[in-house]
Amino acid sequence: MKKIAVIVSAFWVLFSPTTGMASNPEQDLKNIRADYASRFPDVPFADYINGVYAIDKGSRAQWESMEEFPPYEIYVDKGEKLFNTPFKNGKSYSDCFPKAKQGIKQNYPYFDEKRNEVVTLELAINECRKANGEEPLKYGKGAITHIEAYLAFKSRGKKIDVKIPNAEAKKWYERGKNHFYTKRGQLNMACADCHVNYAGFYIRADILSPALGHPSHFPAYRSAWSADEADGDGMGSLHRRYDGCNKQVRAKPYPAQSEEYRALEYFETYISNGLTLNGPGSRK
Amino acid sequence: MRHTAKFISTTASVAALLGSMTVAIPAISHADQAAIKEGKEIATNRTKGNCLSCHKMDNGALPGNIGPELIGMKERFPDKAVLRAQIYDSRINNPATIMPPMGAHGILSNSEVDKVVEYVYSL
Ligand code: HEC
Ligand code: HEC
Repeated sequence: MKKIAVIVSAFWVLFSPTTGMASNPEQDLKNIRADYASRFPDVPFADYINGVYAIDKGSRAQWESMEEFPPYEIYVDKGEKLFNTPFKNGKSYSDCFPKAKQGIKQNYPYFDEKRNEVVTLELAINECRKANGEEPLKYGKGAITHIEAYLAFKSRGKKIDVKIPNAEAKKWYERGKNHFYTKRGQLNMACADCHVNYAGFYIRADILSPALGHPSHFPAYRSAWSADEADGDGMGSLHRRYDGCNKQVRAKPYPAQSEEYRALEYFETYISNGLTLNGPGSRK
Repeated sequence: MRHTAKFISTTASVAALLGSMTVAIPAISHADQAAIKEGKEIATNRTKGNCLSCHKMDNGALPGNIGPELIGMKERFPDKAVLRAQIYDSRINNPATIMPPMGAHGILSNSEVDKVVEYVYSL
């Protein structure tokens, strides 16, 4: 245990936002990769898109058999129908996203230099609706995640390639990074505690996934979410997962698509650059 | 830490009081047994200590492996106050620890911490 404590505190000195040093995203990315590579020397970089299944052979076999009849498939179909249903003004989503059929998920999240903010795919879907006189959809679950599931499916095989174009964008990155490394909640835990320092360990019966690759497979279908919904719809967005992880440590969750979670998504996706999109995913 | 001191002095004065009243020893160990039993419930309850999520202990079901197994605690913690301090505020030993500061963050009340200490000390 001594050894672990030493590793953890060395890590803290290297990455903790409390050191107050301005971050260098490229260097962060290298450090994070090197850190995971030393923790999991047998896991090829490309495999991090599979979350916990990249590092645990036992649960991977179960998951692969679940993927033979993917539980998200009906939601991809629903999403396609929704996507192709015209708005009341006669236009449709494809007027906002003309390249959707070739795959657009890989373009999100991005930093919009005119608006000075991070734009996610979910945000863009609702902005498209509003621009066409439609009511926005509820974020995080339901119809919006079905549309997202369809768009994610169309982007399978495309590479994550998030850019940080200017100083404002870097502020968003820093905000996300800060959220990731800061201990929060009554239980006093950071995302990094569970998904970096103890990735691969058991927390009760769950094995903790590495954060590298987290965004590659969202939205995701979770059996746990399915069990919570009257209609069994288990689809949820990345921000729904963030909400769950914040609540787990009794921290204040932020609303889906809040600046805080968009910044966190920006950070988590940036460090996953070069990985392949494989959404939607299925999880227990 | 202030609380620890208070706890010790309370225990000491209760002991002194009991001593002066020359109450039989079995009465005390009966109280200990009750504290150990309650402590076990608090330690394993998912909305309370939830120690099993990280520590293997006492053959509890589905333990995590983030922290060391809690066993042979009397040997590892000859001074019970050190054990209490670890549970009350784990950050004293390791500021970057993942272990929640059970007492300092009010996850457990002072008396709940005391009972968990009695239980863990019996392992
Ligand atoms: C108390 C430990 C803990 C903390 C702290 C925590 N998580 Fe999690 N997280 C889990 C567990 C357990 C799971 C489910 C198993 C897994 O996939 O890691 C999970 C799953 C996830 C997933 C889904 C992974 C996948 O492949 O489906 C994401 C994304 C995630 N967490 C992000 C975060 C972020 C961001 C934070 C901080 C805001 C955070 N977590 C904090 C325990 C934690
Ligand atoms: C989220 C994980 C987690 C939880 C929950 C947790 N611990 Fe720990 N605990 C640890 C870790 C990790 C260590 C190793 C020291 C460190 O890293 O700070 C530790 C160390 C300890 C130690 C010192 C062991 C030794 O031999 O040095 C004791 C005693 C202990 N924990 C008791 C408890 C008790 C009692 C509870 C519940 C009331 C509990 N822990 C809950 C993670 C946890």
